[in-house]
Amino acid sequence: MSPSQLLVTRPRGRTVRPRASGFGRSALRSTPLVPALILLALFLLAPIVSSFYGSFTDSALTGGAAQGSTFIGLKNYAKLFSNPDFYKSIWLTILFLVGSAIVGQNVLGLGLALLMQTSNRIIRSVVGTLVVSSWVLPEIVAAFAAYAFFHNKGTLNAMLGSVGITGPDWLYALPMIAIILANVWRGTAFSMLVYTAALSDVPQDVNESAEMDGAGGVKRLVYITLPIIRQTISTNLMLTTLQTLSAFTIIYVMTGGGPGTNSSTLPVLAYQEAFKFSQLGLGTAIATILLLIGAVFSVIYIRALKPGVD
Amino acid sequence: MSDMTSPSRRILRRVSNGVLLLIGLSFALPLLWLVLAAFDSSASLTLKLPEHWTLDNFSTVLTPEQTFIPILNSIILSGGCAIITVVVAVLAAYPLSRYKMRVNKPFLYGILFGTGLPITAMMVPVYSLFVAFNLIDSVPGVILFMAATSLPIAIWMMKNFMDSVPIVLEEAAWIDGASMLTTLTRVVVPLMRPGIAVVFIFVFVGSWGNFFVPFVLLLSPELQPAAVTIYAFFGQYGAVVYGQLAAFSLVYSVPVLALYVFTSRVLGGSSALAGAVKG
Repeated sequence: MSPSQLLVTRPRGRTVRPRASGFGRSALRSTPLVPALILLALFLLAPIVSSFYGSFTDSALTGGAAQGSTFIGLKNYAKLFSNPDFYKSIWLTILFLVGSAIVGQNVLGLGLALLMQTSNRIIRSVVGTLVVSSWVLPEIVAAFAAYAFFHNKGTLNAMLGSVGITGPDWLYALPMIAIILANVWRGTAFSMLVYTAALSDVPQDVNESAEMDGAGGVKRLVYITLPIIRQTISTNLMLTTLQTLSAFTIIYVMTGGGPGTNSSTLPVLAYQEAFKFSQLGLGTAIATILLLIGAVFSVIYIRALKPGVD
Repeated sequence: MSDMTSPSRRILRRVSNGVLLLIGLSFALPLLWLVLAAFDSSASLTLKLPEHWTLDNFSTVLTPEQTFIPILNSIILSGGCAIITVVVAVLAAYPLSRYKMRVNKPFLYGILFGTGLPITAMMVPVYSLFVAFNLIDSVPGVILFMAATSLPIAIWMMKNFMDSVPIVLEEAAWIDGASMLTTLTRVVVPLMRPGIAVVFIFVFVGSWGNFFVPFVLLLSPELQPAAVTIYAFFGQYGAVVYGQLAAFSLVYSVPVLALYVFTSRVLGGSSALAGAVKG
Protein backbone atom coordinates (compact mmCIF):
# COMPACT_ATOMS: atom_id res chain seq x y z
CA MET A 1 0.00 0.00 0.00
CA SER A 2 1.30 3.41 -0.85
CA PRO A 3 1.83 6.06 1.80
CA SER A 4 -0.84 8.35 0.43
CA GLN A 5 -3.40 5.58 0.61
CA LEU A 6 -2.41 4.91 4.19
CA LEU A 7 -2.93 8.54 5.05
CA VAL A 8 -6.24 8.87 3.33
CA THR A 9 -7.81 5.78 4.81
CA ARG A 10 -6.76 6.56 8.35
CA PRO A 11 -9.96 7.77 9.97
CA ARG A 12 -8.66 9.11 13.28
CA GLY A 13 -5.55 10.92 14.40
CA ARG A 14 -4.93 14.55 15.20
CA THR A 15 -4.00 15.69 11.74
CA VAL A 16 -4.07 13.70 8.62
CA ARG A 17 -1.38 15.49 6.73
CA PRO A 18 -1.24 17.15 4.24
CA ARG A 19 -4.78 18.42 4.38
CA ALA A 20 -4.78 20.32 1.12
CA SER A 21 -6.33 18.27 -1.61
CA GLY A 22 -6.10 17.86 -5.35
CA PHE A 23 -3.88 20.23 -7.19
CA GLY A 24 -2.69 22.13 -4.13
CA ARG A 25 -1.62 18.96 -2.41
CA SER A 26 0.31 17.53 -5.29
CA ALA A 27 1.94 20.91 -5.89
CA LEU A 28 3.04 20.98 -2.26
CA ARG A 29 4.25 17.43 -2.42
CA SER A 30 6.28 17.98 -5.54
CA THR A 31 8.13 21.07 -4.26
CA PRO A 32 11.22 19.02 -3.28
CA LEU A 33 11.57 18.18 -6.96
CA VAL A 34 12.06 21.84 -7.85
CA PRO A 35 15.82 22.19 -7.18
CA ALA A 36 16.47 19.09 -9.25
CA LEU A 37 14.25 20.35 -12.05
CA ILE A 38 15.98 23.74 -12.12
CA LEU A 39 19.46 22.20 -12.19
CA LEU A 40 18.51 19.69 -14.87
CA ALA A 41 16.78 22.31 -16.99
CA LEU A 42 19.63 24.82 -16.84
CA PHE A 43 22.61 22.53 -17.21
CA LEU A 44 21.31 19.47 -19.03
CA LEU A 45 18.27 20.43 -21.06
CA ALA A 46 19.56 23.84 -22.14
CA PRO A 47 22.79 22.46 -23.66
CA ILE A 48 20.77 19.82 -25.51
CA VAL A 49 18.37 22.41 -26.91
CA SER A 50 21.21 24.75 -27.79
CA SER A 51 23.01 21.85 -29.42
CA PHE A 52 20.05 21.31 -31.72
CA TYR A 53 19.80 25.00 -32.42
CA GLY A 54 23.56 25.57 -32.76
CA SER A 55 23.86 22.82 -35.32
CA PHE A 56 21.76 25.01 -37.65
CA THR A 57 23.99 28.09 -37.23
CA ASP A 58 27.43 29.07 -38.46
CA SER A 59 28.81 29.77 -34.98
CA ALA A 60 32.57 29.63 -34.64
CA LEU A 61 35.10 30.24 -31.87
CA THR A 62 37.29 32.61 -33.85
CA GLY A 63 36.96 34.85 -36.87
CA GLY A 64 33.98 36.79 -38.14
CA ALA A 65 31.34 34.25 -37.22
CA ALA A 66 32.46 34.24 -33.58
CA GLN A 67 30.69 37.54 -32.91
CA GLY A 68 27.17 36.58 -33.81
CA SER A 69 25.86 33.49 -35.45
CA THR A 70 23.34 33.29 -38.22
CA PHE A 71 20.88 30.59 -39.07
CA ILE A 72 22.16 28.56 -42.00
CA GLY A 73 19.68 25.70 -42.04
CA LEU A 74 21.04 22.30 -42.84
CA LYS A 75 24.37 23.48 -44.19
CA ASN A 76 26.36 22.02 -41.30
CA TYR A 77 24.74 18.66 -41.87
CA ALA A 78 25.25 18.89 -45.61
CA LYS A 79 28.92 19.66 -44.98
CA LEU A 80 29.14 16.83 -42.49
CA PHE A 81 27.52 14.30 -44.76
CA SER A 82 29.88 15.18 -47.58
CA ASN A 83 32.89 14.79 -45.30
CA PRO A 84 34.57 11.37 -45.64
CA ASP A 85 36.01 11.74 -42.13
CA PHE A 86 32.48 11.67 -40.76
CA TYR A 87 31.66 8.32 -42.34
CA LYS A 88 35.00 6.97 -41.24
CA SER A 89 34.26 8.19 -37.73
CA ILE A 90 30.87 6.45 -37.68
CA TRP A 91 32.52 3.23 -38.78
CA LEU A 92 35.25 3.62 -36.13
CA THR A 93 32.62 4.31 -33.48
CA ILE A 94 30.74 1.14 -34.41
CA LEU A 95 33.98 -0.82 -34.40
CA PHE A 96 34.83 0.61 -30.99
CA LEU A 97 31.36 -0.15 -29.59
CA VAL A 98 31.23 -3.70 -30.90
CA GLY A 99 34.85 -4.58 -30.13
CA SER A 100 35.14 -2.94 -26.78
CA ALA A 101 31.68 -2.94 -25.23
CA ILE A 102 29.53 -5.61 -26.82
CA VAL A 103 32.15 -8.29 -27.35
CA GLY A 104 35.11 -7.34 -25.20
CA GLN A 105 33.69 -6.18 -21.90
CA ASN A 106 30.62 -8.38 -21.89
CA VAL A 107 32.24 -11.62 -22.96
CA LEU A 108 35.29 -11.10 -20.77
CA GLY A 109 33.18 -9.86 -17.87
CA LEU A 110 30.85 -12.85 -18.06
CA GLY A 111 33.82 -15.16 -18.58
CA LEU A 112 35.54 -13.82 -15.49
CA ALA A 113 32.37 -14.11 -13.44
CA LEU A 114 31.93 -17.74 -14.55
CA LEU A 115 35.57 -18.68 -13.98
CA MET A 116 35.46 -17.16 -10.53
CA GLN A 117 32.65 -19.54 -9.58
CA THR A 118 34.90 -22.55 -9.97
CA SER A 119 38.24 -21.13 -8.95
CA ASN A 120 40.39 -20.98 -5.88
CA ARG A 121 39.28 -18.32 -3.43
CA ILE A 122 42.65 -16.55 -3.17
CA ILE A 123 43.15 -16.42 -6.93
CA ARG A 124 39.60 -15.13 -7.29
CA SER A 125 40.10 -12.26 -4.90
CA VAL A 126 43.53 -11.31 -6.30
CA VAL A 127 42.31 -11.30 -9.90
CA GLY A 128 39.11 -9.53 -8.89
CA THR A 129 41.11 -6.80 -7.16
CA LEU A 130 43.35 -6.32 -10.21
CA VAL A 131 40.43 -6.09 -12.61
CA VAL A 132 38.56 -3.67 -10.35
CA SER A 133 41.68 -1.54 -9.78
CA SER A 134 41.99 -0.60 -13.42
CA TRP A 135 38.33 0.40 -13.34
CA VAL A 136 38.52 2.42 -10.13
CA LEU A 137 41.58 4.41 -11.19
CA PRO A 138 40.80 7.88 -12.54
CA GLU A 139 40.32 7.64 -16.29
CA ILE A 140 43.27 9.87 -17.13
CA VAL A 141 45.64 7.71 -15.07
CA ALA A 142 44.30 4.53 -16.65
CA ALA A 143 44.79 6.18 -20.03
CA PHE A 144 48.46 6.91 -19.28
CA ALA A 145 49.06 3.39 -18.08
CA ALA A 146 47.49 2.07 -21.29
CA TYR A 147 49.49 4.57 -23.36
CA ALA A 148 52.72 3.32 -21.83
CA PHE A 149 51.68 -0.30 -22.28
CA PHE A 150 50.91 0.05 -26.01
CA HIS A 151 53.65 2.57 -26.82
CA ASN A 152 56.24 1.55 -29.36
CA LYS A 153 58.79 1.36 -26.56
CA GLY A 154 56.24 0.11 -24.06
CA THR A 155 55.71 -3.05 -22.08
CA LEU A 156 53.78 -4.96 -24.73
CA ASN A 157 56.45 -4.62 -27.40
CA ALA A 158 59.19 -5.33 -24.88
CA MET A 159 57.42 -8.58 -24.02
CA LEU A 160 56.92 -9.48 -27.66
CA GLY A 161 60.57 -8.60 -28.28
CA SER A 162 61.70 -10.98 -25.57
CA VAL A 163 60.18 -13.88 -27.51
CA GLY A 164 61.64 -12.62 -30.78
CA ILE A 165 58.62 -10.84 -32.24
CA THR A 166 58.97 -7.25 -33.39
CA GLY A 167 55.68 -5.72 -32.33
CA PRO A 168 54.05 -3.03 -34.45
CA ASP A 169 53.86 0.56 -33.29
CA TRP A 170 50.40 -0.07 -31.87
CA LEU A 171 49.35 3.55 -31.34
CA TYR A 172 50.21 4.51 -34.93
CA ALA A 173 49.80 1.37 -36.97
CA LEU A 174 46.85 -0.20 -35.16
CA PRO A 175 45.32 2.58 -33.06
CA MET A 176 41.83 1.05 -32.98
CA ILE A 177 43.13 -2.28 -31.66
CA ALA A 178 45.06 -0.43 -28.98
CA ILE A 179 42.15 1.71 -27.79
CA ILE A 180 39.68 -1.19 -27.94
CA LEU A 181 41.93 -3.38 -25.82
CA ALA A 182 42.66 -0.49 -23.47
CA ASN A 183 38.98 0.19 -23.00
CA VAL A 184 38.29 -3.49 -22.39
CA TRP A 185 41.05 -3.47 -19.79
CA ARG A 186 39.57 -0.40 -18.16
CA GLY A 187 35.87 -1.22 -18.37
CA THR A 188 35.49 -4.98 -17.86
CA ALA A 189 35.25 -4.72 -14.08
CA PHE A 190 31.79 -3.21 -14.33
CA SER A 191 30.44 -6.13 -16.36
CA MET A 192 32.27 -8.59 -14.12
CA LEU A 193 30.59 -7.15 -11.00
CA VAL A 194 27.16 -7.09 -12.62
CA TYR A 195 27.48 -10.67 -13.90
CA THR A 196 28.90 -11.94 -10.63
CA ALA A 197 25.85 -10.54 -8.86
CA ALA A 198 23.53 -12.07 -11.45
CA LEU A 199 25.20 -15.50 -11.30
CA SER A 200 24.88 -15.59 -7.54
CA ASP A 201 21.11 -15.35 -8.05
CA VAL A 202 21.04 -18.43 -10.28
CA PRO A 203 19.59 -21.21 -8.11
CA GLN A 204 22.18 -23.90 -7.41
CA ASP A 205 19.75 -26.82 -7.44
CA VAL A 206 18.75 -26.24 -11.07
CA ASN A 207 22.36 -26.48 -12.11
CA GLU A 208 23.02 -29.49 -9.93
CA SER A 209 20.04 -31.46 -11.17
CA ALA A 210 21.06 -30.72 -14.75
CA GLU A 211 24.50 -32.03 -13.91
CA MET A 212 22.96 -35.21 -12.52
CA ASP A 213 21.18 -35.62 -15.81
CA GLY A 214 24.57 -35.50 -17.48
CA ALA A 215 24.56 -31.97 -18.89
CA GLY A 216 28.13 -30.75 -19.34
CA GLY A 217 29.47 -27.33 -18.45
CA VAL A 218 28.85 -25.74 -21.85
CA LYS A 219 25.35 -27.19 -22.09
CA ARG A 220 24.46 -25.95 -18.64
CA LEU A 221 25.79 -22.50 -19.53
CA VAL A 222 23.81 -22.28 -22.78
CA TYR A 223 20.55 -23.88 -21.65
CA ILE A 224 20.33 -22.89 -18.01
CA THR A 225 22.58 -20.07 -16.87
CA LEU A 226 22.33 -17.75 -19.87
CA PRO A 227 18.52 -17.91 -20.16
CA ILE A 228 18.17 -17.19 -16.45
CA ILE A 229 20.39 -14.12 -16.56
CA ARG A 230 19.27 -12.86 -19.98
CA GLN A 231 17.63 -9.79 -18.46
CA THR A 232 20.95 -8.83 -16.88
CA ILE A 233 22.76 -9.48 -20.15
CA SER A 234 20.54 -7.14 -22.14
CA THR A 235 20.69 -4.45 -19.46
CA ASN A 236 24.44 -4.71 -19.22
CA LEU A 237 24.86 -4.67 -23.01
CA MET A 238 22.96 -1.40 -23.14
CA LEU A 239 24.81 0.13 -20.20
CA THR A 240 28.27 -0.72 -21.49
CA THR A 241 27.30 0.48 -24.96
CA LEU A 242 26.16 3.81 -23.56
CA GLN A 243 29.30 4.18 -21.45
CA THR A 244 31.54 3.30 -24.36
CA LEU A 245 29.69 5.61 -26.74
CA SER A 246 30.80 8.56 -24.65
CA ALA A 247 34.40 7.41 -24.11
CA PHE A 248 36.70 10.33 -24.79
CA THR A 249 39.60 10.62 -22.36
CA ILE A 250 41.18 7.24 -22.97
CA ILE A 251 41.19 7.78 -26.75
CA TYR A 252 42.27 11.40 -26.52
CA VAL A 253 45.25 10.59 -24.29
CA MET A 254 46.37 7.46 -26.12
CA THR A 255 46.12 8.57 -29.74
CA GLY A 256 44.52 12.03 -29.81
CA GLY A 257 42.21 10.55 -32.44
CA GLY A 258 45.21 9.98 -34.66
CA PRO A 259 47.21 9.37 -36.59
CA GLY A 260 45.15 11.80 -38.66
CA THR A 261 41.61 10.77 -37.87
CA ASN A 262 42.34 7.04 -37.80
CA SER A 263 40.97 6.62 -34.29
CA SER A 264 38.56 9.56 -34.11
CA THR A 265 35.33 8.14 -32.80
CA LEU A 266 32.40 10.56 -32.87
CA PRO A 267 33.08 12.28 -29.49
CA VAL A 268 36.72 12.82 -30.45
CA LEU A 269 35.77 14.08 -33.93
CA ALA A 270 33.25 16.52 -32.43
CA TYR A 271 35.98 17.86 -30.17
CA GLN A 272 38.51 18.11 -33.01
CA GLU A 273 36.12 19.90 -35.35
CA ALA A 274 35.00 22.37 -32.69
CA PHE A 275 38.26 23.15 -30.91
CA LYS A 276 41.06 22.17 -33.25
CA PHE A 277 39.57 23.36 -36.53
CA SER A 278 37.29 26.01 -34.97
CA GLN A 279 34.27 24.55 -36.75
CA LEU A 280 31.89 24.98 -33.85
CA GLY A 281 28.81 24.48 -36.02
CA LEU A 282 30.19 21.24 -37.41
CA GLY A 283 31.24 20.04 -33.96
CA THR A 284 27.77 20.87 -32.67
CA ALA A 285 26.16 18.95 -35.52
CA ILE A 286 28.22 15.87 -34.60
CA ALA A 287 27.31 16.38 -30.95
CA THR A 288 23.64 16.52 -31.90
CA ILE A 289 23.88 13.30 -33.87
CA LEU A 290 25.65 11.63 -30.96
CA LEU A 291 22.95 12.83 -28.58
CA LEU A 292 20.32 11.36 -30.89
CA ILE A 293 22.15 8.02 -31.02
CA GLY A 294 22.49 8.09 -27.24
CA ALA A 295 18.80 8.94 -26.92
CA VAL A 296 17.79 5.98 -29.10
CA PHE A 297 19.98 3.58 -27.11
CA SER A 298 18.67 5.08 -23.90
CA VAL A 299 15.03 4.50 -24.91
CA ILE A 300 15.79 0.90 -25.92
CA TYR A 301 17.54 0.42 -22.61
CA ILE A 302 14.61 1.76 -20.61
CA ARG A 303 12.23 -0.50 -22.53
CA ALA A 304 14.43 -3.53 -21.92
CA LEU A 305 14.84 -2.69 -18.27
CA LYS A 306 11.15 -2.04 -17.61
CA PRO A 307 12.01 -0.38 -14.32
CA GLY A 308 9.71 -0.48 -11.32
CA VAL A 309 8.61 3.08 -12.00
CA ASP A 310 4.93 2.48 -11.32
CA MET B 1 30.68 -28.51 -1.85
CA SER B 2 33.99 -27.92 -3.58
CA ASP B 3 35.67 -30.69 -1.64
CA MET B 4 33.48 -33.46 -3.01
CA THR B 5 35.38 -33.11 -6.23
CA SER B 6 35.17 -35.53 -9.07
CA PRO B 7 38.27 -35.72 -11.29
CA SER B 8 36.58 -33.70 -14.06
CA ARG B 9 35.68 -31.02 -11.61
CA ARG B 10 39.23 -30.85 -10.33
CA ILE B 11 40.49 -30.39 -13.87
CA LEU B 12 37.89 -27.69 -14.46
CA ARG B 13 39.05 -25.97 -11.32
CA ARG B 14 42.67 -26.09 -12.39
CA VAL B 15 41.85 -24.73 -15.83
CA SER B 16 39.77 -21.88 -14.36
CA ASN B 17 42.56 -21.01 -11.98
CA GLY B 18 45.09 -20.96 -14.81
CA VAL B 19 42.98 -18.88 -17.15
CA LEU B 20 42.07 -16.47 -14.34
CA LEU B 21 45.72 -16.01 -13.40
CA LEU B 22 46.61 -15.29 -17.01
CA ILE B 23 43.86 -12.66 -17.32
CA GLY B 24 44.82 -11.22 -13.96
CA LEU B 25 48.44 -10.94 -15.06
CA SER B 26 47.57 -9.05 -18.23
CA PHE B 27 45.35 -6.72 -16.22
CA ALA B 28 48.20 -6.20 -13.76
CA LEU B 29 50.96 -5.26 -16.22
CA PRO B 30 49.88 -1.66 -16.99
CA LEU B 31 49.15 -1.06 -13.30
CA LEU B 32 52.48 -2.50 -12.26
CA TRP B 33 54.28 -0.15 -14.63
CA LEU B 34 52.58 2.80 -12.98
CA VAL B 35 53.66 1.73 -9.50
CA LEU B 36 57.23 0.72 -10.37
CA ALA B 37 57.90 3.75 -12.58
CA ALA B 38 56.92 6.04 -9.71
CA PHE B 39 59.77 4.64 -7.60
CA ASP B 40 62.31 4.43 -10.42
CA SER B 41 64.98 7.11 -10.84
CA SER B 42 65.30 6.30 -14.55
CA ALA B 43 61.79 5.22 -15.48
CA SER B 44 60.99 4.45 -19.11
CA LEU B 45 57.77 3.36 -20.79
CA THR B 46 58.62 -0.29 -20.28
CA LEU B 47 57.75 -2.24 -17.19
CA LYS B 48 60.97 -3.01 -15.30
CA LEU B 49 62.21 -3.31 -11.75
CA PRO B 50 63.91 -0.04 -10.77
CA GLU B 51 67.70 -0.29 -10.60
CA HIS B 52 67.66 2.48 -8.05
CA TRP B 53 64.57 2.67 -5.86
CA THR B 54 63.88 6.28 -5.01
CA LEU B 55 61.30 8.63 -3.56
CA ASP B 56 62.73 11.54 -5.58
CA ASN B 57 59.87 11.44 -8.07
CA PHE B 58 57.44 12.05 -5.25
CA SER B 59 59.46 14.78 -3.58
CA THR B 60 59.85 16.53 -6.95
CA VAL B 61 56.14 16.61 -7.72
CA LEU B 62 54.90 17.23 -4.17
CA THR B 63 55.05 21.00 -4.46
CA PRO B 64 52.19 23.53 -4.20
CA GLU B 65 52.05 24.34 -7.93
CA GLN B 66 52.52 20.78 -9.10
CA THR B 67 50.33 18.83 -6.73
CA PHE B 68 48.75 20.58 -3.75
CA ILE B 69 46.83 23.33 -5.56
CA PRO B 70 45.48 20.99 -8.26
CA ILE B 71 44.48 18.46 -5.59
CA LEU B 72 42.79 21.23 -3.62
CA ASN B 73 40.97 22.28 -6.81
CA SER B 74 39.89 18.67 -7.29
CA ILE B 75 38.58 18.58 -3.74
CA ILE B 76 36.63 21.81 -4.25
CA LEU B 77 35.13 20.63 -7.55
CA SER B 78 34.32 17.08 -6.51
CA GLY B 79 33.26 17.96 -2.98
CA GLY B 80 31.04 20.82 -4.16
CA CYS B 81 29.53 18.66 -6.86
CA ALA B 82 28.91 15.71 -4.51
CA ILE B 83 27.36 17.86 -1.75
CA ILE B 84 24.99 19.66 -4.14
CA THR B 85 24.08 16.43 -5.90
CA VAL B 86 23.34 14.57 -2.68
CA VAL B 87 21.23 17.36 -1.17
CA VAL B 88 19.21 17.88 -4.35
CA ALA B 89 18.88 14.12 -4.91
CA VAL B 90 17.64 13.45 -1.35
CA LEU B 91 15.04 16.18 -1.74
CA ALA B 92 13.90 14.88 -5.11
CA ALA B 93 13.91 11.24 -4.05
CA TYR B 94 11.57 11.86 -1.11
CA PRO B 95 8.31 12.65 -2.94
CA LEU B 96 9.22 10.13 -5.65
CA SER B 97 9.60 7.42 -3.05
CA ARG B 98 6.77 8.38 -0.70
CA TYR B 99 3.91 9.85 -2.70
CA LYS B 100 1.98 8.50 -5.59
CA MET B 101 1.97 11.53 -7.84
CA ARG B 102 1.18 12.00 -11.47
CA VAL B 103 4.62 13.52 -12.10
CA ASN B 104 6.47 10.46 -10.75
CA LYS B 105 6.35 8.37 -13.85
CA PRO B 106 7.42 10.98 -16.41
CA PHE B 107 10.04 12.29 -13.99
CA LEU B 108 11.57 8.88 -13.35
CA TYR B 109 11.57 8.02 -17.03
CA GLY B 110 13.21 11.36 -17.71
CA ILE B 111 15.83 10.60 -15.07
CA LEU B 112 16.57 7.19 -16.55
CA PHE B 113 16.76 8.73 -19.98
CA GLY B 114 19.22 11.29 -18.62
CA THR B 115 21.50 8.57 -17.23
CA GLY B 116 21.91 7.25 -20.77
CA LEU B 117 22.86 10.47 -22.51
CA PRO B 118 26.49 10.67 -23.61
CA ILE B 119 27.70 13.67 -21.62
CA THR B 120 30.94 13.93 -23.58
CA ALA B 121 28.84 14.54 -26.69
CA MET B 122 27.45 17.62 -24.99
CA MET B 123 30.74 19.32 -24.28
CA VAL B 124 30.78 21.33 -27.50
CA PRO B 125 27.33 22.90 -26.98
CA VAL B 126 28.05 23.27 -23.26
CA TYR B 127 31.21 25.18 -24.10
CA SER B 128 29.22 27.55 -26.35
CA LEU B 129 26.64 28.08 -23.61
CA PHE B 130 29.34 28.76 -21.01
CA VAL B 131 30.93 31.29 -23.37
CA ALA B 132 27.57 32.95 -24.01
CA PHE B 133 26.84 33.29 -20.27
CA ASN B 134 30.41 34.21 -19.37
CA LEU B 135 30.85 31.11 -17.24
CA ILE B 136 34.18 29.92 -18.67
CA ASP B 137 36.66 29.65 -15.78
CA SER B 138 33.79 29.85 -13.29
CA VAL B 139 34.29 27.14 -10.66
CA PRO B 140 30.67 27.36 -9.39
CA GLY B 141 29.47 27.04 -12.98
CA VAL B 142 31.50 23.87 -13.49
CA ILE B 143 30.36 22.47 -10.13
CA LEU B 144 26.70 23.05 -11.04
CA PHE B 145 27.15 21.50 -14.46
CA MET B 146 28.84 18.42 -13.03
CA ALA B 147 26.11 18.19 -10.36
CA ALA B 148 23.42 18.32 -13.05
CA THR B 149 25.09 15.53 -15.03
CA SER B 150 25.40 13.34 -11.91
CA LEU B 151 21.85 14.04 -10.75
CA PRO B 152 19.93 11.50 -12.84
CA ILE B 153 21.84 8.46 -11.57
CA ALA B 154 22.05 9.97 -8.06
CA ILE B 155 18.28 10.49 -7.83
CA TRP B 156 17.70 6.98 -9.15
CA MET B 157 20.04 5.39 -6.60
CA MET B 158 18.72 7.58 -3.80
CA LYS B 159 15.11 6.66 -4.54
CA ASN B 160 16.01 2.96 -4.48
CA PHE B 161 17.73 3.36 -1.12
CA MET B 162 14.81 5.39 0.23
CA ASP B 163 12.28 2.81 -0.93
CA SER B 164 13.90 0.32 1.43
CA VAL B 165 13.48 2.58 4.47
CA PRO B 166 10.28 1.51 6.25
CA ILE B 167 7.58 4.14 6.32
CA VAL B 168 6.17 3.38 9.79
CA LEU B 169 8.37 5.88 11.62
CA GLU B 170 7.47 8.65 9.24
CA GLU B 171 3.78 8.06 9.81
CA ALA B 172 4.32 8.64 13.48
CA ALA B 173 6.11 11.90 12.67
CA TRP B 174 3.34 12.95 10.30
CA ILE B 175 0.69 12.32 12.90
CA ASP B 176 2.65 14.47 15.32
CA GLY B 177 2.33 17.24 12.77
CA ALA B 178 5.94 17.29 11.55
CA SER B 179 6.43 18.98 8.20
CA MET B 180 7.71 17.15 5.16
CA LEU B 181 11.17 18.69 5.52
CA THR B 182 11.38 17.85 9.22
CA THR B 183 10.33 14.28 8.57
CA LEU B 184 12.89 13.98 5.83
CA THR B 185 15.84 15.41 7.76
CA ARG B 186 15.02 13.98 11.20
CA VAL B 187 13.62 10.57 10.34
CA VAL B 188 14.50 9.43 6.84
CA VAL B 189 18.01 10.80 6.36
CA PRO B 190 19.43 9.29 9.57
CA LEU B 191 17.98 5.91 8.58
CA MET B 192 19.62 5.91 5.16
CA ARG B 193 23.09 7.22 6.01
CA PRO B 194 24.89 4.31 4.34
CA GLY B 195 22.91 4.84 1.14
CA ILE B 196 23.65 8.55 1.17
CA ALA B 197 27.33 7.79 1.71
CA VAL B 198 27.33 5.43 -1.27
CA VAL B 199 25.77 8.07 -3.51
CA PHE B 200 28.12 10.77 -2.20
CA ILE B 201 31.21 8.66 -2.83
CA PHE B 202 29.91 7.51 -6.21
CA VAL B 203 29.47 11.13 -7.35
CA PHE B 204 32.68 12.31 -5.69
CA VAL B 205 34.78 9.62 -7.34
CA GLY B 206 33.12 10.29 -10.69
CA SER B 207 33.91 13.98 -10.65
CA TRP B 208 37.39 13.40 -9.19
CA GLY B 209 38.21 11.37 -12.27
CA ASN B 210 36.44 13.70 -14.67
CA PHE B 211 38.95 15.08 -17.12
CA PHE B 212 36.93 16.29 -20.08
CA VAL B 213 34.55 18.70 -18.34
CA PRO B 214 37.15 20.82 -16.50
CA PHE B 215 39.51 20.46 -19.47
CA VAL B 216 36.98 22.24 -21.68
CA LEU B 217 35.45 24.66 -19.18
CA LEU B 218 38.36 25.74 -16.93
CA LEU B 219 41.15 27.44 -18.84
CA SER B 220 43.20 29.12 -16.10
CA PRO B 221 45.91 26.75 -14.84
CA GLU B 222 45.44 27.89 -11.23
CA LEU B 223 41.81 26.71 -11.26
CA GLN B 224 42.35 23.35 -12.91
CA PRO B 225 41.94 20.11 -10.99
CA ALA B 226 44.60 17.41 -10.88
CA ALA B 227 43.06 15.48 -13.79
CA VAL B 228 43.77 18.40 -16.12
CA THR B 229 47.18 19.38 -14.72
CA ILE B 230 48.34 15.77 -15.09
CA TYR B 231 47.46 16.00 -18.75
CA ALA B 232 49.31 19.32 -19.10
CA PHE B 233 52.30 17.84 -17.29
CA PHE B 234 52.27 14.91 -19.71
CA GLY B 235 52.23 17.29 -22.66
CA GLN B 236 55.11 19.38 -21.29
CA TYR B 237 57.48 16.94 -19.62
CA GLY B 238 55.82 13.57 -20.10
CA ALA B 239 58.22 12.42 -22.76
CA VAL B 240 61.13 13.00 -20.39
CA VAL B 241 60.13 12.26 -16.83
CA TYR B 242 57.80 9.28 -16.75
CA GLY B 243 58.73 8.61 -13.15
CA GLN B 244 57.33 11.95 -12.01
CA LEU B 245 54.22 11.51 -14.12
CA ALA B 246 53.63 8.11 -12.52
CA ALA B 247 54.27 9.49 -9.03
CA PHE B 248 51.85 12.35 -9.61
CA SER B 249 49.26 9.90 -10.98
CA LEU B 250 49.57 7.70 -7.91
CA VAL B 251 49.16 10.61 -5.50
CA TYR B 252 46.09 11.70 -7.42
CA SER B 253 44.63 8.18 -7.48
CA VAL B 254 45.06 7.31 -3.80
CA PRO B 255 41.93 9.14 -2.51
CA VAL B 256 39.76 7.39 -5.07
CA LEU B 257 41.19 3.96 -4.29
CA ALA B 258 40.75 4.58 -0.56
CA LEU B 259 37.14 5.66 -1.02
CA TYR B 260 36.42 2.60 -3.13
CA VAL B 261 37.86 0.25 -0.53
CA PHE B 262 35.90 2.06 2.18
CA THR B 263 32.67 1.81 0.19
CA SER B 264 33.00 -1.85 -0.65
CA ARG B 265 34.26 -2.98 2.77
CA VAL B 266 32.18 -0.77 5.06
CA LEU B 267 29.11 0.04 3.00
CA GLY B 268 28.83 -3.00 0.74
CA GLY B 269 29.27 -0.65 -2.18
CA SER B 270 29.67 -2.93 -5.16
CA SER B 271 26.48 -4.78 -4.36
CA ALA B 272 24.73 -1.47 -3.78
CA LEU B 273 25.97 -0.37 -7.17
CA ALA B 274 24.83 -3.58 -8.79
CA GLY B 275 21.48 -3.07 -7.11
CA ALA B 276 21.22 0.35 -8.64
CA VAL B 277 22.02 -1.14 -12.02
CA LYS B 278 19.52 -3.94 -11.78
CA GLY B 279 16.86 -1.35 -11.00
